Amino acid sequence: MITTDICIIGAGPVGLFAVFEAGLLKMRCHLIDALPQVGGQLSEIYPQKPIYDIPGYPEVKAQELVDNLMDQIKPFNPTFSLGERVDHIAKQTDGSYILTTSDKTKVHAQVIVIAGGLGCFEPRKPVLENLESFEGKGITYMVKNPETFRDKKVILAGGGDSALDWAIFLSNIAERVTLVHRNETFRGAPDSAAKVFDLANNGKIDLILSANLKSLGGNGKLNSVTLENKAKEEIIIDADYLIPLFGLSPKLGPIADWGLSIDKNAIEVDTRDYSTGVDRIYAIGDINTYEGKLKLILCGFHEAAIMMHSAFKHVYPDQKLSFKYTTVNGVNAF
Amino acid sequence: MDMVTFYVEDEDGERQSIEAPGDMGLSLMEILKASDYPVLATCGGMALCATCHVEVVEGKDGLGDASDIELDQIDNLPNPTPTSRLACQIRISDDLDGAVFRLKGESN
Repeated sequence: MITTDICIIGAGPVGLFAVFEAGLLKMRCHLIDALPQVGGQLSEIYPQKPIYDIPGYPEVKAQELVDNLMDQIKPFNPTFSLGERVDHIAKQTDGSYILTTSDKTKVHAQVIVIAGGLGCFEPRKPVLENLESFEGKGITYMVKNPETFRDKKVILAGGGDSALDWAIFLSNIAERVTLVHRNETFRGAPDSAAKVFDLANNGKIDLILSANLKSLGGNGKLNSVTLENKAKEEIIIDADYLIPLFGLSPKLGPIADWGLSIDKNAIEVDTRDYSTGVDRIYAIGDINTYEGKLKLILCGFHEAAIMMHSAFKHVYPDQKLSFKYTTVNGVNAF
Repeated sequence: MDMVTFYVEDEDGERQSIEAPGDMGLSLMEILKASDYPVLATCGGMALCATCHVEVVEGKDGLGDASDIELDQIDNLPNPTPTSRLACQIRISDDLDGAVFRLKGESN
């Protein structure tokens, strides 16, 4: 069990800056994010894009802002659970919470801050009958441990870089790799595409182009995948695993089940302190909504500052909060 | 102000009209969001998330060509069609008048 003062769900720019504001008030933070790296959308979707509306920076690249935020919060030693999604929260009798992640990590915190942006980035799923019933029974959306696929028959679907990269990588591990792509050509990295065509020409992988996934076969466990080609002919391929790789898209996920007031996928908050209607749970950044809300990083930073001053009373119920400037007091690491 | 009228077709083939100013440099994604259609537009219009995926049912020729970055995103989707576009990359202009779109993006 990880014990902390504040558990922040979402390690995007606003979640990261919230650590700084908490740190000034001597509150420790643990962050949980579904993505394997910090930075949220900035790192996942547009790391090299310039941002022009961060005060004091006429222009800053998204990843640079994330890197700077990581530097800024270093004095406060935040801890992280990355690549994990918070599945469950349980209120304790003393008002604190225990959070449980998808990897069964448990975090005990006095306060929960949801800084989840647009939700968890989850794999985009193809529309196939019975897809859910085969998930974890032959269908997986990411390659966590390549050894899982040793000497297995694996079908990869998709045309992006990850489909190309995994086809190349797994060609040395799996018994057979079949890459299915909807088009005749790949738009991913030309080097990877050339390598895939080479492997196919040398019989190392099967490349099936201009084809779509049509249906799944198997009794309790996947054993075949049916494709449909341009001529509408069906092709049945034996398979132990199907890995659809169609990118990520954001989903609100389990947060929707925590009794919070939700309007159009955003959490309604009280603008006095960005608290939700549920005791000791706050929501800041793109995931919250209120009259006049602007989905801007700078607004999320502001919300983080106000919110942490409100959370202080839950972490230090016997202390009086005194407001201090960093220019006077500096940043006192812990 | 020049107003442009185009249509959103639902799963049953029903069409709803939308009117938008044709000379304000707005994108189709912005208009769809403003009209309360369920478009996430996660990346805010940078052609980086493909959550504003639309199929152009009619009026494709008035839209111009998709850029490479837009085509890359569409290519990565599980459900593209030959006339798939990203609404954030379509500018509202007179050429859009009468066009028909079907929403294909995830709406959470």
